[in-house]
Amino acid sequence: MNKASKILKKPITSTVIAVLFGFIVAAFVLLIAGCNPIEAFGILFRSVFSKPKYVANVIIKATPIILTGVSIAFAFKVGLFNIGAEGQFVMGTVVATIVGICLDLPPVLQFPVVLLSGMVAGALFGGFVGFLKAKFGIHEVITSIMLNWIAFYFCNFIAATKTFHQPNTNGTYPINASGLDFIFNWKKSEAGREVVINNEFLREAVGKTDMNIGFIFAIAAAIIIAILLKKTTKGYELRAVGFNQYAAEFAGINVRKNIIHAMVIAGAIAGLAGALQITGVAQKISTLGAFENYGFNGMSVALIANSSPIGSIFAGLLFAALIYGGGSIQSEIGAPSEVINIMIGTIVFFVALSKVIPVLADKLEKKEVKKDA
Amino acid sequence: MRKKMLALLMVMALGTATLVGCGGNSNSGDSNDAKTEQDANKEDTEGEDSKEKDFSVSMVTDVGGVNDQSFNQSAWEGLQEFKKKTGAEVSYLESTQESDYSPNLDKQVEEGKDLVWGIGFAMADAVKESAEMNPEVHYAIIDNAYEETPENLTGVVFNAQDPSFMVGYVAALSTKEDKVGFVGGMHSAVIDQFEYGYRAGVAYGAKELKKDIEVKVQYAESFSDSAKGKAIATKMYSDGCDIVFHAAGNVGTGVIEAAKEAGKFAIGVDRDQSDLAPENVLTSALKLVNVAIELVSEKAMNGEEIGGKTYTFGLAEGAVGIPENNPNMDKEVYEKTMAIKDKIANKEITPPYNEETFNDFAL
Repeated sequence: MNKASKILKKPITSTVIAVLFGFIVAAFVLLIAGCNPIEAFGILFRSVFSKPKYVANVIIKATPIILTGVSIAFAFKVGLFNIGAEGQFVMGTVVATIVGICLDLPPVLQFPVVLLSGMVAGALFGGFVGFLKAKFGIHEVITSIMLNWIAFYFCNFIAATKTFHQPNTNGTYPINASGLDFIFNWKKSEAGREVVINNEFLREAVGKTDMNIGFIFAIAAAIIIAILLKKTTKGYELRAVGFNQYAAEFAGINVRKNIIHAMVIAGAIAGLAGALQITGVAQKISTLGAFENYGFNGMSVALIANSSPIGSIFAGLLFAALIYGGGSIQSEIGAPSEVINIMIGTIVFFVALSKVIPVLADKLEKKEVKKDA
Repeated sequence: MRKKMLALLMVMALGTATLVGCGGNSNSGDSNDAKTEQDANKEDTEGEDSKEKDFSVSMVTDVGGVNDQSFNQSAWEGLQEFKKKTGAEVSYLESTQESDYSPNLDKQVEEGKDLVWGIGFAMADAVKESAEMNPEVHYAIIDNAYEETPENLTGVVFNAQDPSFMVGYVAALSTKEDKVGFVGGMHSAVIDQFEYGYRAGVAYGAKELKKDIEVKVQYAESFSDSAKGKAIATKMYSDGCDIVFHAAGNVGTGVIEAAKEAGKFAIGVDRDQSDLAPENVLTSALKLVNVAIELVSEKAMNGEEIGGKTYTFGLAEGAVGIPENNPNMDKEVYEKTMAIKDKIANKEITPPYNEETFNDFAL
């Protein structure tokens, strides 16, 4: 096998090519929209990398979608399509908010309790889908789409309930300060304020943003899931179920149990994403007019990452950078935000088409063989 | 091993993605660098010569987006009109998630805007926080009055109860079934203005006609779900209402659709919505966000002190009212309503704006 086709056969190659194609198509769309694509990409690049604050904002934006991406990628590996990550995320935010408002423990306890409650909510929500699939064979896509809406309206219900609703806003009260992110509390404390104001880098990256420790959780979750899948017996079972249920069952693996476990874990990760959004950024839930797409963007992230948990970290960062930088294209040269959506859509589309590239590589190889002959 | 490779390659993927951003520039790389430098210089000197360069205004939409058929759109129209008039630079930035508000406002500051608008009371906290962090930039917000307004922030609110009172009066005079309806978006101080203004207007008209008119009120708990608006309005029409007023953003398009199908009347809101159903829109309670944005932006441009207070726009500024052309309304009713308008303008009638003032409202 020659080098070119070897490279082409790597899954990463097709991802890179897909990303490139996404940019090319976006360039054409920008041209049609009457903007200079070079200028637009320049703005995109500058508005993501030129200041620590921008990088911080990209990381903040990436945190929830990395987690939902990992959740979906993990479920993919077990042969499940977790379209319910959106609902699990929303349940995570709702329950974390309820717990965060009702409880007021010392910060050392409150913060993990809030996160844990969000995880449990997501896990139950995901686990229910897994249970229905395992026990009654109801397809997880159908049940989780339904449950997404239940989560959506449950969120609006809680946001409008008298106990939680903050008058003259469209949301609840913020959660108690003890449950908020450590970086946020440190920033607001006197000692922290002093440090942040006097250090230029920190003032930019922490003072002016919602910088939080969620990103560490996101990376940790991705690594843990990767290890779980690749290095443990449980992961072997889960992957076996994903490859071929019947073969797995024949080999003595309890398929039903593994499906439920997989959905519980996937749900817990999406729920954690929701809880981290509450502790780190939003601090409360608001009445939703439409889904905020944390779960659905996670699907794109998982796709771009080719269902690799570690890959989801980078795919999430790429996705967040596109969304965040895309806003600047809009406000600086007036290009419609749809262009960015088209770009992301194209990337996902070409990734989905990535099976084509190994085929091309094969053809290339055959040609080489012929030539040699 | 494979995993490590994958991780490594992912980094490369990200790198490549960003390189494309660069790659596009590479032929003009130098000039672009120069431009960045220039920008940096510009930012440095901005404090001194900002008065000489063009005045720039931008707005950050709420999650409705800029084409929401409602106040975001109206706000953007106002800014475009402002640009036409004064040649100022205008731009907008859409928010798709609530968590976008702060970064988006911040982005506008980075770009060196002189005036930044937040559209809608959902952004109240984010705007205030951003204003406190950036005292050199001026901010303004639609539909919110702060208890304590920072020096560089202007609140803009409307007397929406005035046009609501007027359309309530119109509804009372036009109904044949003696039953009218109101569909609200979500309970809030802003929507209360519409509801109680309308109910008082209906009561006022009913008293004049010496009869009882029932007002059915229902909330959609949404500003975007037009299907729900349609369902609620259809129910109201089949229950015998013949006129339904809505104050519910995009939910209202469903209300108007229901009116079209039932062959009854709807009353539009915010802008003249008769284009949505020319036969079935009786009139509209105008709340012209564009007028307010234009006026306030102009004041800011002329260097007037507008910070630290809240502007209330009403009939006097021409920012609220009803349209002049109402083909579905009797001429007589229109003239009577204009008389009511004058009474409101010289404070003979003070339409109520919440439950309390409604209960105190003496007919």
